[in-house]
Amino acid sequence: MSAGGIGGYIEHHLKNNTLELVEGSTFWTVNIDSVIYTLITAVVFLGFFGYVAKNVKSGVPSKAQNFIELIINFVNEQVNDLFHYKSKVVAPLALSIFVWVFLMNFMDMIPVDLLPWVGSQAGIHQMRVVPSTDLNITFGMSFAVILLVMYYNFTKKGPTGYFKEYFGHPFEASNPVAKIGLALPNMLLNTVETIAKPVSLGLRLFGNLYAGELIFMLIAVFTLGYGLEQLMSFGGIVMMIAQFLLGLMWALFHILIITLQAFIFMMLSVVYLAQSHDTGH
Amino acid sequence: MSINFTLIIQMLVFLVVVLITMKYIWPVILGAMEEREKQIADGLAASDEAEIALKKAQAEAEEILNEARTDAGEVREGANKMATKIKDQAKADAIAEKERQMAAAVAEIEQEANRAKEDLRKQVSTLALAGAEKLLNKEVDSKVHADLLDDLVKEI
Repeated sequence: MSAGGIGGYIEHHLKNNTLELVEGSTFWTVNIDSVIYTLITAVVFLGFFGYVAKNVKSGVPSKAQNFIELIINFVNEQVNDLFHYKSKVVAPLALSIFVWVFLMNFMDMIPVDLLPWVGSQAGIHQMRVVPSTDLNITFGMSFAVILLVMYYNFTKKGPTGYFKEYFGHPFEASNPVAKIGLALPNMLLNTVETIAKPVSLGLRLFGNLYAGELIFMLIAVFTLGYGLEQLMSFGGIVMMIAQFLLGLMWALFHILIITLQAFIFMMLSVVYLAQSHDTGH
Repeated sequence: MSINFTLIIQMLVFLVVVLITMKYIWPVILGAMEEREKQIADGLAASDEAEIALKKAQAEAEEILNEARTDAGEVREGANKMATKIKDQAKADAIAEKERQMAAAVAEIEQEANRAKEDLRKQVSTLALAGAEKLLNKEVDSKVHADLLDDLVKEI
């Protein structure tokens, strides 16, 4: 299967299928597999939800509508708990993050070698299936959220309000001298916070999913390179059973992780957006 | 594993996905849910109203029934009174009729008796006349003795 043994197998699976837009440039390259799988999951999400929205009934709902209303109701409750301002953006944003990230994460539940094998049959020899194990994808979303947070910081608090908050918070003082003295540490803290928000948001999702994918690969390695004769030997059968049990256990546990990570990404985004609307400081 | 242009693409795709969700999915489905909520609330309110109306109607019906009952009682009472009155009247009429008829009968009887007495008297006078004729052996001129006979008749 792979030439480089266990190390080569894993390395092969962690490499994206890239397209260089500018020759020799690391930035101007695109991870085609990540982009395609995010688009597929986006189409699945928008297609299913859009289909139901198109056939929506306020009377007795269909089963599909019932299911989607369950999700929307859940998201709406979470958003209403955290976000107490009027906004047309935040709740739909939370919904798309939750469902879309969940679908991206769900690609992890598909056997690690299945889609790459299908791809190799079609002549594509390099493929990463789970978009949320690509730092570009998770950072893309977290940066987009933070850009939105910054936009609201400016529009809701006004440039002066945001400026005041940036230099007058979290250490607050009433006399002007102390205010000036605290401006620098305040600014430093806020800068760290502003940078830490998108980085931690993106890294958390990436880290969890990357680790999960890696464990699936390590389980897959159990019988890597076994021929039929080796599989049918005593050791091979033991390895197969161990592989099956471990894979099953990790998959079951991973269902929890992928849902939880999608949920956390959604909740933190809503929290950050709520902070940007909060003019109370 | 390095950051590259994929990040920018993902940001744009993300914004598009959010925009589509914002425009075509979220408001539509939430709107339908809210509409259903309103429909259910309206339905419950309507059923409450209907219940109140039903209770009112039942009370009204009860009232009408009671009224009808008292009316019927009054009518029956009046009819009874009327019947008693008619009966009394009839009785009184009958008694009066009986007395009238009795009086008439008594008068007739008296008349009859008087007539019989008169007849008797006449027969007595005739008998007396005949007796006297036999006694005198001659005919009594009834004309001559009429006064006498009349006196006799009156005496009897």
